[in-house]
Amino acid sequence: MESQSHDFKNRSSGAIKDEQLQRALGNVRKGFIKKRADVAAKLPEFEALRDAARDIKNHTLEHLDLYLERYEAKVTESGGKVHWCASAADARAAISSICAAAGAKTVTKGKSMISEEIALNDHLEKDGLTVVETDLGEYIIQLRKEPPSHIIAPAVHLSRDQVEADFRRVHRELPEDRNLTEPESLVAEARSILRQKYLDANVGITGANFLIAETGSSIIVTNEGNGDLTQSLPKVHIVIASLEKVVPTLEDATAILRVLARSATGQEFTSYTTFSTGPKRAEDLDGPEEYHVILLDNGRSKMLGTEFQEMLRCIRCGACMNHCPVYHSVGGHSYGWVYPGPMGAVLTPSLIGVEESGHLPNASTFCGRCESVCPMRIPLPKMMRHWREREFEKHLSPATVRQGLSFWRFFATRPALYQFATGMAARVLRAMAGSKGRLSRLPLAGGWTKYRDFPAPEGKTFQQLWAEEQKKRRKAA
Amino acid sequence: MSQDQPRVGLFVTCLIDMLRPSVAFASVKLLEDAGCRVEVPRSQTCCGQPAYNSGDRKDTEALARQTIEAFEGYDYVVAPSGSCGAMIKDHYPTLFAGDPEWRARAEALAGRTFELISFLVDQRGMTSVEAKLAAKVTYHDSCSGLRELGVKAQPRRLLASVEGLELTEMNEPEVCCGFGGTFCVKYPDISNEIVGKKAGDIEASGAELLLAGDLGCLMNMAGKLKRSGSKVEARHVAEVLAGMTDTPAIGEERK
Repeated sequence: MESQSHDFKNRSSGAIKDEQLQRALGNVRKGFIKKRADVAAKLPEFEALRDAARDIKNHTLEHLDLYLERYEAKVTESGGKVHWCASAADARAAISSICAAAGAKTVTKGKSMISEEIALNDHLEKDGLTVVETDLGEYIIQLRKEPPSHIIAPAVHLSRDQVEADFRRVHRELPEDRNLTEPESLVAEARSILRQKYLDANVGITGANFLIAETGSSIIVTNEGNGDLTQSLPKVHIVIASLEKVVPTLEDATAILRVLARSATGQEFTSYTTFSTGPKRAEDLDGPEEYHVILLDNGRSKMLGTEFQEMLRCIRCGACMNHCPVYHSVGGHSYGWVYPGPMGAVLTPSLIGVEESGHLPNASTFCGRCESVCPMRIPLPKMMRHWREREFEKHLSPATVRQGLSFWRFFATRPALYQFATGMAARVLRAMAGSKGRLSRLPLAGGWTKYRDFPAPEGKTFQQLWAEEQKKRRKAA
Repeated sequence: MSQDQPRVGLFVTCLIDMLRPSVAFASVKLLEDAGCRVEVPRSQTCCGQPAYNSGDRKDTEALARQTIEAFEGYDYVVAPSGSCGAMIKDHYPTLFAGDPEWRARAEALAGRTFELISFLVDQRGMTSVEAKLAAKVTYHDSCSGLRELGVKAQPRRLLASVEGLELTEMNEPEVCCGFGGTFCVKYPDISNEIVGKKAGDIEASGAELLLAGDLGCLMNMAGKLKRSGSKVEARHVAEVLAGMTDTPAIGEERK
């Protein structure tokens, strides 16, 4: 996917003016937050599980090479093949060659953010393949030729009316009088189209929520069962996963699963949790004949051993964006690349460079709500601040900010001068406001006064008044 | 005053010093009522948070050293701000990871630093105040105080003892107001969107007075309320708890 992150400011200002989008974002704000809170409250050990999940991932990341090698050995043992891919291009090439060898014409896909990251659909379509997304949300945005706006609810930015219009535009067989006013009828309509696609497909591609080193299995969670159909009906199953998805044991994966759905959708568990281990065995009734794992690095190993290593604990639940006031205001498309919200504000600069995506770690109020709900206890604001420091060191921060800070430092590190200057400023602003108590325009602070009044100072600084008070107190004593 | 009273260094905060001294006077009164001797070091200026959150480590460290030097002689450092309090308490020690001497000094200071209202309740055992205010108020939980320092129940507990005061909770009092320090001027459109929602929740609460523990958030919310013609007034919670509500509310006309 080509990044538009540099254009964050324009995109977000546009999103704020989009009334339909704002209504849809209101639903994110209301729905996900309450569901997560309710389901967390029902599980007394939820906080302890978060600690356990964090510890499992920290341990794995400290020994990542060991567990990945173990994982590969187990996949091979079960008859599958692991393809190590350093870059997006490597991953695309590996998938192309598997599809070509299988003589594939149609590919079905379960939802995968990695495939968005490597722009897989465009690539396969250029190869002449038909690619069909099977997750309902992903299917809808595929019809619209849009990227996802959320990592677990890709079409959350749309209204039901918009989806109905898209279905009527694309589904040529759809009778005009067919009722599509309920979510159920929309699902049924998508399902009627997708059923045949599953049967037509030669290759099924799914993401993976976890890779298990102990058994060589991959796990995918869905609420629609589309992952199961994608991976079990075609002759070839390709799992596409980034290397930090590995965990040591089945026990570890199930521990993290307990915080995943609760944090993401507020469910105790997703409807389907599917384990796959290698291709179909002789005694199996169904399953693919070939099982491939595309193991993608694409910049992640560079994060190991840096202040961004903890970001690799992320399990893509979306809780941070569901609770982020900035995401609620601007939506996922404003972030301009695959990963939106607070997790994207750390991950995007790590993967595609802070030069391209410097706005993202800056566009946060540091309110800390993302960290407080992250099931993996990732210190997201701290890592956004690390990116801001890297930008400052590289002189990427805007000149006005740098000048402003150095001006501030000059006064703030000279207390006597500072007190003289603040005393002057308080008097001048007081005089400018007159008896009004507030200023509606302020030089150099247009960003503030465009939308807000600026409360006027009381006239003297506290330090001045306190010095006077101390004199009085001494006299009285 | 007896010598066994703890000596408290008041960290005034740069916004309060310049824009709203009445908050610092209210803080002094509350601290004295809680049996403390209050001093205000002249060499304090800014905790360094604007530089810190802008990625400017060098200037942050310079300001942090200055603050540490100004306050290390006191039994406690108290700030009428969760945001500046958390800067000293949570962030100063991490600034000097590679400098054992300054790290130790930062940690020692962090251990003695508190946000005002939580200090009164948790450290001084204050359970009520002698104040009156016949008003329906709502309380905004500012982010740093809430999430970094655990300030939530303490202000509500003291407000409950104010004679005539009725607290009515707004929808989602824990959601950020969109101030975010320099965020509000770097991303004014987004900041405005967030504070617009907040102003709507404040209005819908039916309160006539908005309270919070951080002047930055209060200026943001009051500025937005006033611009949109709202009648809701805004004050720092310390002013109400100290019974010092004679001055005009934030951004209100002078009488």
